[in-house]
Amino acid sequence: MSLAELICPAGTPAALRTAVDAGADAVYCGFQDATNARNFPGLNFTPDELAEAVAYAHARGTKLLLALNTYPPAGKVDLWRQAADTGARLGVDSFIVADMGVADYIARTYPGIRLHLSVQAAASSPEAIRYYCENFGVKRVVLPRILTIPEIRQIRREIPCEIETFIFGNHGLMVEGRCSLTNYLTGQSTNMDGVCSPASDVEYVRDADGSMSSQLAGFTIDRFGPEEKTGYPTICKGRYAAPHRPEGYYAFEEPISLNLSRLLPDLIEAGVHAFKIEGRQRSKSYVRGVVRAFRAAVDDIKAGREANIADLIALTEGQKQTQGAFETKKWR
Amino acid sequence: MTPTSESTVRLRPGEGAIARLACLVLQPALTRVVRRVAARHPSLFARLGPHQTTDFLIDPVELPFALHLRPDPQALVFRAVPRESAPQAGATIRGRFLLLLELIDAEQDGDAAFFSRDLEVSGDTEAVVRLRNALDDMDGSLAEEASAMFGAPGRAVLARLRRAYPDATKPREYA
Repeated sequence: MSLAELICPAGTPAALRTAVDAGADAVYCGFQDATNARNFPGLNFTPDELAEAVAYAHARGTKLLLALNTYPPAGKVDLWRQAADTGARLGVDSFIVADMGVADYIARTYPGIRLHLSVQAAASSPEAIRYYCENFGVKRVVLPRILTIPEIRQIRREIPCEIETFIFGNHGLMVEGRCSLTNYLTGQSTNMDGVCSPASDVEYVRDADGSMSSQLAGFTIDRFGPEEKTGYPTICKGRYAAPHRPEGYYAFEEPISLNLSRLLPDLIEAGVHAFKIEGRQRSKSYVRGVVRAFRAAVDDIKAGREANIADLIALTEGQKQTQGAFETKKWR
Repeated sequence: MTPTSESTVRLRPGEGAIARLACLVLQPALTRVVRRVAARHPSLFARLGPHQTTDFLIDPVELPFALHLRPDPQALVFRAVPRESAPQAGATIRGRFLLLLELIDAEQDGDAAFFSRDLEVSGDTEAVVRLRNALDDMDGSLAEEASAMFGAPGRAVLARLRRAYPDATKPREYA
């Protein structure tokens, strides 16, 4: 059986303590800058906060993973190198990287610290994953959310590193690590600035009938009826009119969350080493609820008991959930 | 700041007078609470960044008044205001009172409340996100802390509030 480590999100020091106390095996977090893909206002850690977080986590047997999972634009790589230097000095257990240049710097400078390949790298074939392992010493790959469980099982047989899969949270697929939709409207890059739909460009407008429009950079990307559940204001989950669908439809993705709680035994059997919970931008309440639920489920499965899966629908985007491609390629 | 247009606020007979009286009664307590929180949780101001001087309107929909917050550490403002004279805020957060309180205390998740339409935000979204993240990084319960400042009467008021909203005050276990 695989280790089935539970990898949990933290956007603030308080959320990190919550995740650790709720049973995380490892917590991932980032600095307050463009070096990670949740570079949101008021979120993330200063170096001093990260030092305290490392101490808190290690004192309780929990690992701390530092996300450096964005792509440095030309001439700005020093920010990523400095973040790696700071993380190494503070004693993080692993770096989560996407860019080959960042991976190369860490592999050469800090060969004793584990490298995990971020989902942002979009490595989904054994050949691509082996390339990262052979050239940068990557120890774990976070797989894109586009693979079925049989495909994951096959990949596991052909790669020399551990596998981590998302099990809960945001289900924004596209071509992971290469999504540029936000750039078209805001000029800011998900991949290089770490912001998808920057809050400064988002506006919610309530209409007289109780409907609500979500706008990004002045463009309406969805309109919800008075009783309709909402999602994040991202272009990939916007609703658009097209000649063949004049009523408007979700052209790319729907507001929906991934929830693989019922597939955990199959994922473990397929050789998945670690389960990732998405949501560094979410609250302590989310972290506490989701981590506790999956801690209990994983412990039950490892003990040979049937997992008592908690109902997490209230925490999902649009209050809808899916098993996505993990169940079938035809999930839409 | 300019007052909210009266045309957007519909008052029932006598509601305006009740709101003004409630605001007068509450104001000393609100001032004490916000000063205490600021003194005990100075790190929250860093997460607010440039929005320390933003005017937030926190609008508990079932109460006869709203709350005006300007989290400027040099000149803190936290006051109850009748809706008809509420300031034009940079950002507005609207929901049931206990939901708002539980969001501050991290008993509820803000994104989930937004997805379910129980929480509405308008105005400067970045300001709202920063305030949410700043408050979420506070340990402990702000409601407990504030009520404890007023001794047994304060705790009694909180207990009574929670009895009035039994479902909204349970820590959500999602199980």
